[in-house]
Amino acid sequence: MSVTTHTPSPALPPPSRLMAGGPLGWVKANLLNGVFNSMITLLLAYLLVRYTISFVDWAFLNAIWQVPNDRFGRADTSSCRDIKGIGACWAVITEKHRFILFGTYPYEEHWRPAIVCVLFIALYIVSAMRRFWRKELVLVWAVTLTAIGLLMWGGVFGLSYVPQERWGGLPITLILATFGLAFAFPLAIMVALGRRSRLPAIKALCVVYVELIRGVPLISLLFMASVMFPLFLPEGLNIDKLLRAQVAIILFAGAYLAEVVRAGLQSLPKGQYEAAEALGLSYWQKTGFIILPQALRLVIPPLVNTFIGFFKDTSLVLIIGIFDLLTAAKTAIIEPQWQGFAVEVYVTVGLIYFIFCFAMSKYSAGLEAELNKHRKR
Amino acid sequence: MNTMSSSGKRGFSVRRLVLGAMGAGLLALTAPAARAQAPAAAPAPAPAPAAGGGSNMIETIRNRGTLICGVSTGLAGFSAPDSQGRWSGFDVDYCRAVAIAIFGTDQNRVRFVATTPQARFTALQSGELDMLARNTTWTLSRDTSLGLDFPATSFYDGQGFMVKRSLGVTSARQLDGATICVQPGTTTEQNLSDWARSNRVTIRPVVIERQEDNVAAYIAGRCDAYTTDASGLAGVRSTQQNPNDHIILPEIISKEPLGPLVRHGDQRFADLVRWVHFGLLAAEEFGITAANVEQAATADQRPEVGRMLGRGGDLGQMLGVDNRWLVNVVKILGNYGEVFSRNLTPLGLQRGPNALWTTPGGLQYAPPFR
Repeated sequence: MSVTTHTPSPALPPPSRLMAGGPLGWVKANLLNGVFNSMITLLLAYLLVRYTISFVDWAFLNAIWQVPNDRFGRADTSSCRDIKGIGACWAVITEKHRFILFGTYPYEEHWRPAIVCVLFIALYIVSAMRRFWRKELVLVWAVTLTAIGLLMWGGVFGLSYVPQERWGGLPITLILATFGLAFAFPLAIMVALGRRSRLPAIKALCVVYVELIRGVPLISLLFMASVMFPLFLPEGLNIDKLLRAQVAIILFAGAYLAEVVRAGLQSLPKGQYEAAEALGLSYWQKTGFIILPQALRLVIPPLVNTFIGFFKDTSLVLIIGIFDLLTAAKTAIIEPQWQGFAVEVYVTVGLIYFIFCFAMSKYSAGLEAELNKHRKR
Repeated sequence: MNTMSSSGKRGFSVRRLVLGAMGAGLLALTAPAARAQAPAAAPAPAPAPAAGGGSNMIETIRNRGTLICGVSTGLAGFSAPDSQGRWSGFDVDYCRAVAIAIFGTDQNRVRFVATTPQARFTALQSGELDMLARNTTWTLSRDTSLGLDFPATSFYDGQGFMVKRSLGVTSARQLDGATICVQPGTTTEQNLSDWARSNRVTIRPVVIERQEDNVAAYIAGRCDAYTTDASGLAGVRSTQQNPNDHIILPEIISKEPLGPLVRHGDQRFADLVRWVHFGLLAAEEFGITAANVEQAATADQRPEVGRMLGRGGDLGQMLGVDNRWLVNVVKILGNYGEVFSRNLTPLGLQRGPNALWTTPGGLQYAPPFR
């Protein structure tokens, strides 16, 4: 046994030269070092300023926020058409925002889908806080989702009944994404575990499910659900169109998430499994207390990646005539006087999608840092 | 079935969700979750889409309380939701007209279901819809092999081309080598290739799913020409910054009789849809409008008008509806001409072949009401 002596390494310089010499010094050191770099910096700065200015001009300074009605009570968009390309016609949003957000839901009842959206967001926020991660959260979800269903359908407590085909806009997107992922995630965990099972039947079933579903595009599944499936049902028996799409999305998301979860399971060192077994834990105890918490923690980035992807994939339901947020936005510009203002509408809808996706992405970054603290030493 | 009363809506849907997740194989399980409106008399196993023979659609619709009508997800002038989410348009008015004929003056007796070109026929075949009014072309194969019927032609259309005036093209035959924007999944695409082949014109189709995207591609110069039904072209042209920059070429390369569809199986419902159309035409022919229909119903001395409007005979009862059905329809929606000018004239569409037969070139003709 040799004796190791500890010699402290010499003190390193501060890791970052970020602020050495203040912001100016940083610019000098990083952006303007050498002729070539300086030229690129200047060129990019020029382009940035130029396009920012024209964007501000288009989006704010030259924009039209409201248009008058003509003598038939229809919007007169000629002023918007005159400034096309120079200024944005936000009047289309002013006029159509309620349609984009809530689709063909009865106009006087728009407060109901509005509350639904608020409930969804509140649900996300509550679920995101670690201090609420308790068993009661399941109850909160059940209650909130029931309330959402009651509000959307109505028919009780003096609310008028609104059939599903009149729902639309943001609530549809949130319903499809939330229910889709909430049901797909447990399914995915089961399938991922099943795929690593030693029981051949279960394993084969899970492999077939994942490979079958992953082998076809989501759009064809939606198509199957909406076009083929009803033909197999007896006449007069109709399963709701939204429900069929929802099931297709759950099955599809389940297959993808299962592979993500399986990646996490496989990345755990074998010692973890063996140690858990050595403790005498049953399969479910081992999985629930040792394996899954570590595995899921590892796969947060790809999980969120899939979540974000699916949030946006819900817009594919346009193929079966459901007015989700994007379809409602596209439909809003079909009226002749509003045709041609697609850019404004797409920018607005893009912003809504971005807010949701960016929030998910920021939250996952925070969660990842929080849960993996023990790795960063 | 009383568990499905409105108080249990949520639980009901969750159950359906779970059941649905169990997949198509467990049909037997999903059966109790069927819509409450399932016609009680409908024969349970219906292997072919054309089944349902003998079922009384009008009675089914009346019991349900609403007519379920499939419309386009959005086509200016024919069916589109307005800023408040209310459907309006030419096809939408046909749905409303049938609903009014069945239910009388109550306006909210129709549910509009937005359907895509690909899903529209299945939705009707499977019984999800009662009728489809979705600018659909009447063709032999659709009429026969799909198990559907076209009771009437509500709008005579034809496929045309629009090009930019600056291109200097005056005839479609000059489009040799041109790129042409076209929508997939419709007869439009097939007509285009049929026409190109028979006229030995080489064209390069650019297939884009949505009409607005097609138009955007055409405007941006991605395609030399845009082809769709002439009604659609007129609509697109009228909303351009400068409509005179675009011309619609004189060639009409196809016949596109558009009309409502119903499922095979109940001819009485098809009769009703057909005669609602004829009723709108006849009302225009006899000069009966939304404004004067009430007065005509009591005072007009012409015998045919009297029969039409339910003062003499029971033509309405023969159709299975109230004798005053046409009075109600015209009072709310107007006659064919009024429906046309409310929905399609703002797009810049002329009556053309859709004028009454009494006008030269007009094709719209109603058989006698007797």
